[in-house]
Amino acid sequence: MPTTMEMTYREALQKSMIEEMDRNADVFLMGEDIGRYEGTFKVTKGLFPKYGHRRVIDTPITEAGFSGIATGAAMAGLRPIVEFMTMSFSFLALDQIINHTAKVHYMTNGEVKCPIVFRGPGGAAKQLSAQHSHSMEGWYAHVPGLKVVCPATPADIYGMLRTAIRDDNPVIIYENPGLYGVKGQVPDDPDYTIPFGKAQILREGTDISLVGYSRMTQVNLVAAELLEKEGISAEVVDVRSLLPLDTETIYASVKKTHRAVVVYEDWRSGGFGAEIAARIAEDCFDHLDAPVTRVGGLNVPMPYARVLELQCIPDEHDVLAAVHKLS
Amino acid sequence: MAKQAVNTSTHSPAELETYLREMLFIRHFEEKCNVAYRQGKAGGYMHVYIGMEALAVGWLNSIRKGHDYVITAYRDHAHALLLGTDPIAVMAEVMGRKAGTAGGKGGSMHIYDPKRGFFGGWGIVGGHVPIGAGLAFASRYRGDDRVTLNFLGDGAANQGVVFETLNMAGLYNLPCIFIIENNEFAMGTRLEYHAADTELWKRGAPFDIKSERLDGMDALQMKQDAQRIVDWVRQNGKPYLVEIMTYRFSGHGAADNDRQLYRTKEEEEAAFQRDPIKRLQRHMLELKLLSEETIEAIDEEIQEEVEKIYEAADASPFPDPSEVYDNIYSDMMPEQGH
Repeated sequence: MPTTMEMTYREALQKSMIEEMDRNADVFLMGEDIGRYEGTFKVTKGLFPKYGHRRVIDTPITEAGFSGIATGAAMAGLRPIVEFMTMSFSFLALDQIINHTAKVHYMTNGEVKCPIVFRGPGGAAKQLSAQHSHSMEGWYAHVPGLKVVCPATPADIYGMLRTAIRDDNPVIIYENPGLYGVKGQVPDDPDYTIPFGKAQILREGTDISLVGYSRMTQVNLVAAELLEKEGISAEVVDVRSLLPLDTETIYASVKKTHRAVVVYEDWRSGGFGAEIAARIAEDCFDHLDAPVTRVGGLNVPMPYARVLELQCIPDEHDVLAAVHKLS
Repeated sequence: MAKQAVNTSTHSPAELETYLREMLFIRHFEEKCNVAYRQGKAGGYMHVYIGMEALAVGWLNSIRKGHDYVITAYRDHAHALLLGTDPIAVMAEVMGRKAGTAGGKGGSMHIYDPKRGFFGGWGIVGGHVPIGAGLAFASRYRGDDRVTLNFLGDGAANQGVVFETLNMAGLYNLPCIFIIENNEFAMGTRLEYHAADTELWKRGAPFDIKSERLDGMDALQMKQDAQRIVDWVRQNGKPYLVEIMTYRFSGHGAADNDRQLYRTKEEEEAAFQRDPIKRLQRHMLELKLLSEETIEAIDEEIQEEVEKIYEAADASPFPDPSEVYDNIYSDMMPEQGH
């Protein structure tokens, strides 16, 4: 068994990038303020002095332009990692990512590969208000041609980022800013990868399945603790990867507990949790003792005042309330 | 207007004949595509290169084919054909057949041949321009001497992402030539109604990119200018922007049936007088490199060749329904079923 080290999500992310850059000279980073300024969330701290301007590229504030340039570079065989300062800025690059990057392999009938990673903080941070707090993972997970992963733990970002960099297809990595400081044990293994499309059970239970991803998995773990005190045994299913989606693990859990609450930070209406809930309802109907329930973000442009912001983002109490309704 | 340099033909007779044959081949191929469309064998959006042949012939004869990178928008048949892509595969793609360049998944707008350096074939106006710069970025990253030809239309020249790309091309010194094929119309909107300054060549200047306006209706002049610029970019490792004055003789796309909505017949007649094929034929007649008879014989020979291509493409099968999920990813399938 490889040994493990304790580190933060941010440190695990950076370690994975450095190890892959050392391993493969075709891997490079592009983004706004990632070099000399070390990154807004300091994920790329220390990389510019180590690799220089050739491989750690500060871009102008033109998301569509640099996403397109990175896509072209990937088509020519390089392996770019594009950082969005926040995923909310990737709206400006949607035409590139959805209508170009995601189409390359299919439109060339497999002749051209596009090994590219788009990553960055997505979801609410702290009082960044309406334009900087979007959860867009569901938008991307809607698109055939993209892979979308939302790691919830330091070990997962460590292993899944590596998988993404080595993948020959475009991958979106959604990092909730609330996770960057989370600590956990990370394998000390520069070849540690986690295959996409494998959900994990982070806590076993028998009464209800709490299905979530990214920071909501952490919320579900707290909720499960609280539920245990009430005598309810909750199983925490960490979806990890939205596209591909591991329905097998989700269904196995639901078939065991017969109840499911799907938790996601995105707007409740039309968020990716709705897709997960629909699939459970469609495929596990005979095993359900209660309707599949969703807990999502309020359908509100994110407000600034902390009290209002916290109201919008699901927390463990919202999860508990949903569970209580089903019991 | 474009510079009208004196044509001091530095081209050998063999080269002249090659350019003539290439232009004729594109002309007849495109006319056959129009036939395919009218017969219902091609669908969707289809845009032909008729009238603009000298432009592509000049540029694609100035690069190292198979080594340099080429990218364009949806008026893309000519570029692929000139790079040596199997014309049956191009016609089959236009017809949505399995033998097409993309197995029938791309269609007329999405012809690719990466082995020959051709990276599409893109449908969103201006959207491929940063991708072309990305190909040049890869050359710069690797330190190789490839040049990228990045074709776009006059309509695309207004897109925001094109300006973003020009800035980065200048900033990062990308060996990329931005070639604005100015055929005077963004679909049905004339240049003067879509561009605040109709001298599109000036758009390189704010980004410190060398720029000029050139004549695209004279194959020999085009080739001479293109070679000079390609050599400069290869030598200097910097971007370049050119505006090429040309004119599309046909409509914007195969579904554009009423050109009189945006231009007069008189204007078209005047443009037809500048036909790049007739121009080169006249020149070769003057030099006594060709006779009227050989001109006709070449024309017939190429028409027959195109006819055979059409027949071969048309005889080839459609894709199998089982292929629909293939190559969305290199290693997995999406969720299947309706």
